[in-house]
Formats: sequence, structure tokens, C-alpha cells
Amino acid sequence: MKLHEYQSKRLFSEYGIPIPGGDVASTAAEAVDIASRIGGNVVVKAQVLVGGRGKAGGVKIAEDHIAAGSYADEILGMEISGLTVRKVLIDQAVGIDTEIYLGITNDRLEKRPVIMASASGGIDIEEVAADTPEMIVREHIHPFLGLKSYQMRNMAVSIKLPEHLWKQFNSICQSLYSVYKASDATLAEINPLVVTSEGDLLAVDGKMVLDENALGRQGDLEQLRDSDLETVEENEARRYGLSYVALDGDIGCMVNGAGLAMGTMDIIKYFGGEPANFLDIGGGATAEKVSAALRIILKDGGVKVLLINIFGGITRCDEVAKGVVHAIEEVGVDIPMVVRLVGTNEEEGRELLASAKLATASSLADAAQKAIALAA
Amino acid sequence: MSILVDASTKVMVQGITGREGLFHTQQMLDYGTLIVAGVTPGKGGDIIADKIPVYDTCKAALAENPIDCSVIYVPAAFAADAILEAAEAGVPLVICITEGIPVSDMMEVRAHLDNTECRLIGPNCPGVLSPGETKIGIIPGHIAEKGDVGVVSRSGTLTYEVLYALSQKGLGSSTCVGIGGDPINGTNFIDVLDLFQKDRETKKIVMIGEIGGSDEELAADYISKFVDKPVVSFIAGQTAPPGKRMGHAGAIVEGGSGMASDKIQALMSAGALIANHPEEIPELLASKS
Repeated sequence: MKLHEYQSKRLFSEYGIPIPGGDVASTAAEAVDIASRIGGNVVVKAQVLVGGRGKAGGVKIAEDHIAAGSYADEILGMEISGLTVRKVLIDQAVGIDTEIYLGITNDRLEKRPVIMASASGGIDIEEVAADTPEMIVREHIHPFLGLKSYQMRNMAVSIKLPEHLWKQFNSICQSLYSVYKASDATLAEINPLVVTSEGDLLAVDGKMVLDENALGRQGDLEQLRDSDLETVEENEARRYGLSYVALDGDIGCMVNGAGLAMGTMDIIKYFGGEPANFLDIGGGATAEKVSAALRIILKDGGVKVLLINIFGGITRCDEVAKGVVHAIEEVGVDIPMVVRLVGTNEEEGRELLASAKLATASSLADAAQKAIALAA
Repeated sequence: MSILVDASTKVMVQGITGREGLFHTQQMLDYGTLIVAGVTPGKGGDIIADKIPVYDTCKAALAENPIDCSVIYVPAAFAADAILEAAEAGVPLVICITEGIPVSDMMEVRAHLDNTECRLIGPNCPGVLSPGETKIGIIPGHIAEKGDVGVVSRSGTLTYEVLYALSQKGLGSSTCVGIGGDPINGTNFIDVLDLFQKDRETKKIVMIGEIGGSDEELAADYISKFVDKPVVSFIAGQTAPPGKRMGHAGAIVEGGSGMASDKIQALMSAGALIANHPEEIPELLASKS
């Protein structure tokens, strides 16, 4: 789950990382109030969960509160990469001497977190990573030892940070790892971490991504979710514990297991069809979940045919069949369906579906080809 | 000969009294798996299926039974603890079926297990099946025949699809290992490829990968150096859009890495045959005889 800049920075601040004074506004009037409270130059920043907002005109420097209000008016409602800007952050503008990159993420290969720093911070960090990876220094963090002071010194020396800033840098790195660990984050990033013209370190921008699997123990953090990032259907699916991703095609897919769901999309495409969605009902799905899954798929008006591919293991085919029957009774399915049930309790599942009007398939290739023919 | 587990493997089930644990214990017993004990905290003293004693702790179960392998069905919030409990009690092989364990929990588990003799398979995996010998996990037993194809997979249900496709063409497997779809897991492709390469009964290998991470690329490198048995591979997620998580935590194309096309390219360069879809695997295996 991605957090907005203002949400990430508030969390950073709770853990002792210095951030610019500022607040978030949903209207131009609120922006004026905040800017006049801060006084002097402020930065007006679109709060939207995609990169490249600066280049899209979503970040402006205002010399006073009046200008802040008109920039806020301009930016609020703006569309950036398909997402509408609903909030702007009004931050005190600071004189910037140097821009550093500092971030923590999980390294899949090393199977532990890695903290990264670069003297070339700022908006072009991705190009830096691609073109001059040696400009980014890394230290892996042992889950039991935590981040040690020598690792911070290694980074500080590599990015040529002046010695008088090491103590501050050490404290910011430590706080960043604390908030990363405590929030079950998979990314915590300060970019840029600036050396101000007064010679202090300040986290001017922030970004966090939280582990979906850990939100259950994170209390209030789940409330920070921005539902704009999901379609209504994706949101409903998540509430039922289903994974749904909308795509552009006309063959609706309901599958158990992420790998098989991707494999089913791949085979539809291989035979010349277009999948309308990715949908994994998960392991051990109940009839209620299956029926919700069908409702969600059918909300997409572009779906011309439904392909149900279930290979039962922990999922039982009879439970899936019950859900399908229930959905047919409840919402009425008026498009053709191709159903393939194999594995745990497949006989019981097939019996339950015997009365329903649908095409059955003997193999995955057969199912895909039948669905494509029906969609044509 | 199979790898990792066989008919003599003595199995403990953690979470044996839960909905999934109970159901799959019965399925495993029906297959002939030698289940000797179960663990559910608070249910010690119960008897499952008229013969399997339930203990409150792994330690108590191990004190009274020799155990070669533990299989875990406990909910995600408690699963990392269950893995560590089994490892500390001295179980040499732990297979974790549970899906949705927080990644930070798994990093701690891995950091600890790296200092022990315990091998972990999973989490978020379907388990291990040695057809005709034993099944430990949730792979439907009747879909697979005994044979000489070693199967290793990051996916669950896609693995069943492949086993089923093999049986339909009269092919069987020596052992099928589901390594799981999470970004941080125990046993990886290379570990299993090494076991298959050394196993006399395994003549050919099927490797099922998917988008996300770079385990398939590393496996390809290992294949080119150390595996001389024929390898057939399928990579799921060729049509998945970047930036969207496809179900489980591991399957996402991000920052230009983890793409199916890169994995396929690496495996082809290593000499593996690539199937366009799972049902092409049997004929590709046949072409390598």
C-alpha cells in the first residue's frame, strides 16, 4: 500500500526525522491559511501517488500566501498520469545546498533490507541507478543486528558527506530504519534529503510503501489507503480477499491461484484472445467469495464470455460450484460461460453444475479456445 | 528414488485441528502419507482420525515421536512463529503452506534458519509430492503418476495443471516441489535443481516460474553450468501489466525487472526448452528423449 508524501513525512517526523514545516490542503482557501501561517516562500506540491508530478507541473514555488492560493487552485483537480489531485501539501521553502538520496527497501536476493544512499539525489535518481549504479552505495541490514553505526559511516564517507553532518545523518538513517521496521514497510525513501543553506539535513520529500500482508497488525495505517489508486471493482475485490486487476479484453477470467490465473491470461492471449481481467479467488475460497468474484467480473460491461478455470487443491471444486450456482441465481448471468473444474472434489463440483447451462472444457487449451470462439 | 521425501517420511502437521489442516490431513492419510503427530496449541490430548495424537507444542510432539518433516497450515499471523518452533524442536524439513505471511517476519525466519540445519520449503506453497510414495501439503495426489520427471515450481495451482498435463500424456514425476510464490522463501530453484541433477531416478526436469524477482535468471545461470538433464520451462505472467501485483506478493514487474521475457531469454540461453502454455510441456519433454 502506497502512502502519500504528506503521510510518509508525518510518519518520518514522528520518528524524529526533520521535515519542513507545512500542512496539507484540499482547497485553495486552506492553502492560503497554511501558507500565511508559515510565512514567506512556500512550495505547493500535488499529493498524487505517481512519479513525475514535478515535470507534470504539480509542484510550484510561491513567494507568498496569495500566490500559494492560486497555485493550489491550479493544481487541485489536475490530472497526473490518470490520477486526480485531491490534496496539495504546502511546505516551507528552504534554501538547498546539496540533494542526497536515502532509501530502504527489501533485497529479495539477500533476503534482508538494504539501505541505499547517493550524493546524486533528486528527481533523476532512477537514471542515476540505471546509468551510474556505482553512484549509489548500499549496506544490507541484518534483521537481528539492525543498522549499525559503522554502516552509516561507510555511506557518509562514500557520498562525501562533510564530517560535521555525520551525527545528524546517523540519526536520520536510524530513524528511517525504525519507521520502516515498525510500519512493516517495503519501501521508505527520502528523496531528496537536503543539506540546507543553513547547513542542516532536512527530509524535503518522502515516500513509503507498506506490506499488504502486515496491515492487519498495523492498526491505523490501513486508514491511510488512497482508494483512488484502485478501481471500485479492485477495492471491492480486496475487501473480499480476492485479487482482481482490470484489463482491456473481453474474456472475463475467474481462476484459483495467482500462477494459474496468469497462465490462463497468457494462454488466452496465445490463442489470439484478450483477457478482461486477472482474478485469483485465492486458496480455500468459499462459495460466498466465488459468488462475489463473479459479481465483480460481470460489472465490467466489456466482458462477453466468462472463463472459469479451477484446479482444486486447498480450494474445493464443490465450494466453487456452489458459488457459481448462487451467483447465477442471485445476479443472473446472461453471457456464455466456459467452466473447467479439476482436482479436489471435482466430481461433486461437476454434479452441482450439471443443471446450469454452460460449456465444459477438457483441457486448459480447450477452455481458452472455446472462450475465444464464444467471444468472437 | 525421490528427493526430499518418500514413503518412510514421518510427518507432523502444525495447525492440524483447523479447517484446512484437518481437511488436508485426511487427504494426506488417504494418499498413504505417514502422519505421526499433530500440533495445535490448546488442543493437546486430542486424537485426529482415530490415531494421530495432538500436542500443544512441537517440543512435546518431538519428545514422543521421531519426526522427519513438519507441514504448516496455521494462519498467516502465527505462521512465522510456527516455522521457528518446528526448527527449534529439531525438525529437519519444514514445509509451510500458509499464504500471506508479512515479509519482515520471513526475513527474520530466514536469518535464523540460515544458522540451523533446518530446510524450509515455502511459505505460500503447495508442498511436496513424491507420487506413489507420499504427499505433504495440498497437491491433489490423484492427478500425478510416478515417473522420471522432476517438477519444481513457484506456483501452486499452475503446478497441478502441469502434473495433470503430464499424466494425460502418460508421463509421471519423481518428485514435485512447490517452492512458493513469496519474495522471501526457504528453498529456491537452484536448491531443487541441484537435488534433481543428483537424483538417479530423475531423468528430465520441468521448471515453472513466474514474473517478479530474478530467481529464474539465477536458475538459468545454474542450469548452464551444472545441470545436464533436459529442462523444460514455463514462465507465467507474460501478459501481466507492469506495476500491478498479480495476486501474491512475489508476482510483480517493477522498475524494469522481473519481466517474463527476460526470464525466458535467460532460460533459452541456458538450453532450456520454453513452453508457450502448460499443456505444451509433455511434447517438449518427449522431444528431449
